[in-house]
Amino acid sequence: MTMTPAAPPAVATAGPVEIPSETLSRGALVLRRFLRNKLGVTSGAVLVLLFVVAFLAPVFYPWDYRAQDDLALLTPPSPAHWFGTNQLGEDLFAGSIRGLQKSLVIGLLVGVISTAFAATVGAAAGYFGKAVDRALMWVVDLLLVLPSFLIIAILSPAFRGKSWLLLVVLLSGFSWMITARIVRGMTLTLREREYIKAARFMGLPAWKIITRHLIPNMASLLIIDATLSVGAAILAESALSFFGFGIQPPDVSVGTLIANGTDSALTFPWLFLFPAGLLTLTVLAVNFLGDGLRDALDPSSSRGRAR
Amino acid sequence: MSAIDRDSAGKRSDGPVLQVRDLEVSFPTESGRVMAVRGVSFDVAASEVLAVVGESGSGKSVSALAVMGLLPPQARLCGSIRFRGTELIGKSDTDLSRIRGHRIAMVFQDPLSALTPIFTVGDQIAEALLIHGTASRRQAGQRAVELLDLVGIANATQRARGFPHEFSGGMRQRVVIAMAIANDPDLIIADEPTTALDVTVQAQVLEVLRTAQQVTGAAIALITHDLGVVAGFADRVMVMYAGRAVETAPVDDLFDHPRMPYTLGLLGSIPRLDATGRHPLIPIEGQPPSMIGLGPGCPFAPRCPMVLDRCRTTEPDLLPVAGGEHGAVSVCVPLTLHTAACWRSGEIERTDAGPAEVFGLDDIPAVDLPPRTERRTVLRVDALARHYPVRIGTILRRTVGAVRAVDGVSFDIREGEVLGLVGESGCGKTTTLMEILELTPPMSGSIEVLGRDVAGLDRRERLAVRRDLQVVFQDPVASLDPRLPVGDVIGEPLAVHGMGREQIRERVRELLALVGLRADHANRYPAEFSGGQRQRIGIARALALEPKLLVLDEPVSALDVSIRAGVINLLDGLRVRLGIAYLFVAHDLAVVGHIADRVAVMYLGKIVEIGDVATVFGAPRHPYTQALLSAIPIPDPRVERRRERVLLHGDLPSPADPPSGCRFRTRCPLFGTLDETDRSSCIDAEPVRRQRGPGDHEVACHFARVKEVVQYRS
Repeated sequence: MTMTPAAPPAVATAGPVEIPSETLSRGALVLRRFLRNKLGVTSGAVLVLLFVVAFLAPVFYPWDYRAQDDLALLTPPSPAHWFGTNQLGEDLFAGSIRGLQKSLVIGLLVGVISTAFAATVGAAAGYFGKAVDRALMWVVDLLLVLPSFLIIAILSPAFRGKSWLLLVVLLSGFSWMITARIVRGMTLTLREREYIKAARFMGLPAWKIITRHLIPNMASLLIIDATLSVGAAILAESALSFFGFGIQPPDVSVGTLIANGTDSALTFPWLFLFPAGLLTLTVLAVNFLGDGLRDALDPSSSRGRAR
Repeated sequence: MSAIDRDSAGKRSDGPVLQVRDLEVSFPTESGRVMAVRGVSFDVAASEVLAVVGESGSGKSVSALAVMGLLPPQARLCGSIRFRGTELIGKSDTDLSRIRGHRIAMVFQDPLSALTPIFTVGDQIAEALLIHGTASRRQAGQRAVELLDLVGIANATQRARGFPHEFSGGMRQRVVIAMAIANDPDLIIADEPTTALDVTVQAQVLEVLRTAQQVTGAAIALITHDLGVVAGFADRVMVMYAGRAVETAPVDDLFDHPRMPYTLGLLGSIPRLDATGRHPLIPIEGQPPSMIGLGPGCPFAPRCPMVLDRCRTTEPDLLPVAGGEHGAVSVCVPLTLHTAACWRSGEIERTDAGPAEVFGLDDIPAVDLPPRTERRTVLRVDALARHYPVRIGTILRRTVGAVRAVDGVSFDIREGEVLGLVGESGCGKTTTLMEILELTPPMSGSIEVLGRDVAGLDRRERLAVRRDLQVVFQDPVASLDPRLPVGDVIGEPLAVHGMGREQIRERVRELLALVGLRADHANRYPAEFSGGQRQRIGIARALALEPKLLVLDEPVSALDVSIRAGVINLLDGLRVRLGIAYLFVAHDLAVVGHIADRVAVMYLGKIVEIGDVATVFGAPRHPYTQALLSAIPIPDPRVERRRERVLLHGDLPSPADPPSGCRFRTRCPLFGTLDETDRSSCIDAEPVRRQRGPGDHEVACHFARVKEVVQYRS
């Protein structure tokens, strides 16, 4: 991340211009364009910071999320308890941090995994067509009619005691289908474009056509989808937890904290505001990061260009 | 309103029908105000055909829309547009509606979107009459049928009840013309009326437009980019560049003595079927300027070979050229005068310089190849066929027939040779190409690339053959991945065939230089390039692996005229330098005549005539070839007027149900002149392609005879 880009000219006009003479590959060019987007870079930094805090803070912070401070019940934020405490005297900062660990990992993993899976399935179905298309779309349609929430709820007890990361698999397993259908539709139109034909006629294997040409050309859609599903996954997890599935007490997640704090949002606002603020911060950072990536990947976007 | 009522301003008045003065149109955009039209003045006299010529973005269509009052509301208009003496600028839309479609009619480029799909064409024509109250409902219906008959639609009474989708493109354009002349207008504005059509259909539609003009006596403002059409159709020409008129003249003067370097360049940049000798076309360097924040000076200066310092600082006015009829130099330029906007038009006048002298020419080095029979065959196609099944039913799908897209095509290409494949759209040219490029066993027949039959290739061998067989597509926008930097686009085939990163970088630079681009262009995305530059990128990609055969699918038809010449010259030069063979598919016979050594003419999935370009174009024997050649407009008004046209009737029959015997007989001009016994042989027996003329000139016609339709390279 130490590369400071020299500004290339914005449009291909005739005339002498000083330019970096080395030829850059797509990866380098996208990175350079991304680094120009201040908001995107900041959001990336915020996300990294959230991760660092979530995983390092428990080491230094005196309170454990399970420990109850009987001397401080429902105290507002103070130097002793940064985010205040709840009715049991549990430290909210420790709880939020503990919850953030889970929610960040769940949210980001579900967002990335479900979108990547949707892109792969949708692009493969659209590109190969025929039997592949029919088989994959049959699976998609089947999964769409199954009540996913119910199935996760039914399966949850079976996973009790196992790693909560299984929740990631379940949540992403049920959130990719609609995107896959959209991706398939876009692939069907992109497939007929001449540059896809050109790639085929130069002997590029199918999986490379999908990863090099098809998916980058749907990047805007996929990035938006991934950022949306990050937020959705965090909330879905909290909804599951609220009904007693997913993350089980005494363990906490940002979702469960928000659910618990909602009732007292007006009387003891810190119980609600801090976890909700963390969720908002996470989702916003992911969204801006996604916007930045989209602008960097999309050559028609003027925001990635040097000014 | 009464001033422009029918009685008060009839056709007897002598003044110009349309007077446009200092018209300026601008649009706001994100990056600044686009000055689409920057002070255009012109007149259209009664019954006159004025052609407005220019490249895309020169402001010709915007001027036309301004006259019609059809510009979007955010457009800003200045100047004056007077129709029969009545000022149109500032009139309300309701007032304009009374003139539009009644006194001024418009024919749009795309006949598909100009008609409403849910009404019958008869009703749509009748509506044009009813809305202006010129006929009762009964009369309107009758008149619609008469009009359809007038524009050459057979069975007009029945066809009037048909819906637009039941009509072909050429037929729809006829309907649009019928609608335009329904109210007997004083002025018809035709905006690229034949651009979307095939040449043979273009010839028909122009004929209809001419008839329509004779019947109504209307003046026509013809907007086009095709100088060939102008030569055959117009009385006067106005050339536009960057939102201004740069030259106006009667059609003969303009083609004989152009006085503005841009016009000279345009005339030199188009390949001509009747050109003598093999000389390169004149490319106009650079691109049309951006219409945002145009600097002072002549907008053509950056591309002009005769540019002076003065040109860069002051923009020349449109003034009569010396030696013409000396009229008073005033704002109101007399109609018949030859005017040009160039500081050096006087000089050009004195020397009477042609395009070659002004732009300079470099000769194409001659191709020195051994005789054809001694050269290696790079591509042999034998009896290739491709049928697409037609299926009906959703649950129980059954095949009810086949679209015979390609139905027995045979040809071969030798090393270093250019074969042009021509024919109307829908004749199977592109399908043939795709079959060759797929490198999979064809449905029937055989394809041999460099002596290897594609049917027996395994995966690795196929990849090896791909090295030697590359393709350039028609649409430079669609054929480059918009998300891939140009360097990666060009380097992709190299990476596929296992070249190292450093080598690729080196080769990409070489290739960029080869097609006339700069090395630093590699870091940019395709969207930052103009159409011509993008096509160069596409060519560079195709050349990356040094193929033996390059397949070109209409490589220049999507490009502007002035850009086209540069790309054609590039292709011409590359082939001489690198010794590649081309399979060049095009519908523009003039381009094929310019670049190809041999030509194959396709009709409904079959090759009807094949041979040397000089033989086929100079002495065509198949009536279809003759018709195609005679439909190509030649950019020379004198030649155009003398030409005898072989007009084809109707459109291409459906390839799902081709006529029996000779497929061309339904449209064949020769068929009509034959007697009963000869006709029956056309109907019953499909003519076999066999040698008719000198060398390997082969024709598939029972009654092939030479008919010279153009003076090809005498």
